[in-house]
Amino acid sequence: MSGLVLKDITKSFGSFKAVDTANLSVPHGKFVCLLGPSGCGKTTLLRMIAGLEDPSSGEILLDGTDITPVPTHKRNLGMVFQSLALFPHLSVGDNIAYPLRIRGASREDQKKRSDELLKLIHLSGFSDRPVAKLSGGQRQRVAIARALALSPKLFLLDEPLSALDAKLREAMQVELRQLQQRLGITTFVVTHDQREAMTMADLVVVMGHGKILQAAPPIEIYRKPADAFVADFIGMTNLLDATADRLGRVSVLGQAIPNLVMPEGLTKASVSIRPEDVHLGPVGGDAIAGTVTFVRDLGGTIETFVEAGGKTIVAVATPRERPEVVAGQQVGLILPAEACVVLKS
Amino acid sequence: MKREAPKSLADYSPLFFPGLMLIVFFVIPFSTMIAVSFFQRDPSGFYTPDFVFTNYARFLSLFFGKVLGFSLVLAVMVAICCVVIAFPFTFLLTKRPRKVQTIWLVCLLSVLSLSEVIIGFAWSTLFSRTAGITNLFVAIGLMKEPVALLPSFWAVLTGMVYQALPYTILVLYPALVRLDPTLLEAARTLGASPVRAFMNVVVPALRNTIVATLIMVFVFALGSYLLPQILGRPSHWTLSVLITDQAIYQSNMPFAAAMAVFLVLMSLALVGLTLLVGRRENAL
Repeated sequence: MSGLVLKDITKSFGSFKAVDTANLSVPHGKFVCLLGPSGCGKTTLLRMIAGLEDPSSGEILLDGTDITPVPTHKRNLGMVFQSLALFPHLSVGDNIAYPLRIRGASREDQKKRSDELLKLIHLSGFSDRPVAKLSGGQRQRVAIARALALSPKLFLLDEPLSALDAKLREAMQVELRQLQQRLGITTFVVTHDQREAMTMADLVVVMGHGKILQAAPPIEIYRKPADAFVADFIGMTNLLDATADRLGRVSVLGQAIPNLVMPEGLTKASVSIRPEDVHLGPVGGDAIAGTVTFVRDLGGTIETFVEAGGKTIVAVATPRERPEVVAGQQVGLILPAEACVVLKS
Repeated sequence: MKREAPKSLADYSPLFFPGLMLIVFFVIPFSTMIAVSFFQRDPSGFYTPDFVFTNYARFLSLFFGKVLGFSLVLAVMVAICCVVIAFPFTFLLTKRPRKVQTIWLVCLLSVLSLSEVIIGFAWSTLFSRTAGITNLFVAIGLMKEPVALLPSFWAVLTGMVYQALPYTILVLYPALVRLDPTLLEAARTLGASPVRAFMNVVVPALRNTIVATLIMVFVFALGSYLLPQILGRPSHWTLSVLITDQAIYQSNMPFAAAMAVFLVLMSLALVGLTLLVGRRENAL
């Protein structure tokens, strides 16, 4: 098939498996975020796609051909490093034109292409500046332009925005996504920031302990996490122990949830429900009784912490939806069945 | 961070000790040497205080000019050979595991503990006809019969490069260890082969270090006076050899001092020129 396919990729360092039988298939033009906590193997996986590390086993296919034995400099890819790795002895223009220089392009062609790219990243006229004279955000753009100079098939970025301050990072996320959509280039970004992944990705690949735990569009990852690790890592969630009652319904904190059936063969499970899906109402009926312990009013949203059966459950709502509750008040928690995800525990 | 300029005398106190050492062991002996270079030689004794230029005038001859030229060319060649060998070697060394690096560095340090005399005689044995490496070449069929490789210019050069190489590696090592490895990886993702990436990225990024190392080895090689005598012909003798000869065997201190002053001035001029060229290139 066309696109990038990872087949049973494993990378071991001694007895430690940094990446453990990773399988992934990405069609052309997709924006993929490799997401996970530090040490989960996401950077190692990216470096194997780049050819900077050799997989211990498995193969990497690009448009059906195995590129595993191809050395990095023949893979036709662009990569942005966490440190950016701009060449300190070259000017901005020469940095961007470096891949063309390697391939023996004429001086005029180099200049033409680097000016074109500088325009693309809104840095026209910066060509002759030394790299050291640029701000963090500008360097970021130059690194991106240099990686794109040859219109590569693959665009790889290793935590590219981690050195920027929060505001600039958010702006660059949007810019990077728009740039990728304009160029239609297959892009892999390594990040540990789930917000960043949600902003940019077509496909989020969540990794933990060297394994790919789930690969799906961001909203699906958010709504239907594959396991408790993914649910906990992506956004805020309430993870509650659940059991099956006599009728096969899921029961949480001693209260059965209407219309939520325990999957076949399970007696114990976890239920994940997002804070914005938890509704607060009067005590009684199907509601789980609890006591409000703290209310965090952030203006735009209100987070209510409710203690029930020794667990703290967070509910988030806008001020418009939420009748005023105060700490110490008894409330009923309603967990709508359609918002609950039952996970193997 | 802005540092405050030292104000009181006590602020300058850390400088007293190194300052004193510099005065006692450098400024005084060097001034004495400059003074002696203007003294009159006394053939029956040592020298008498005077202010004459005869010592310098005697130096300005074709013979001494040739020796000076040879000394400078030899030192430059030693410096270039050392850096050309040591730079890639040290670069590859920094890519090895920590433990391997330590073993190599310890071995190199142990070479430093050898005196110039031992190095000289070891190489003179290795280059000899009777017990030298050419016997090995004969044994494996590369040569018909063993030959003596010394005395020759190449023997002198080899010995001096061998002696200066550990210093070169130890000076280059810290800079190469600190070099960001992603620079090289970035060059490779942009299509540069490993060798090309090394030439395009590592060498230019460390140009100042390379220039500094060249100067250090150059100065180091300029002072060598034993190896040229052990491994070379009289035509391969450096100015340092002649200075020793004049000072110790001919008891002509004023002339030896004049040659030494001249040598120092010439090497300072060369070092200055190198730095000047380096700065101009940096400005571009």
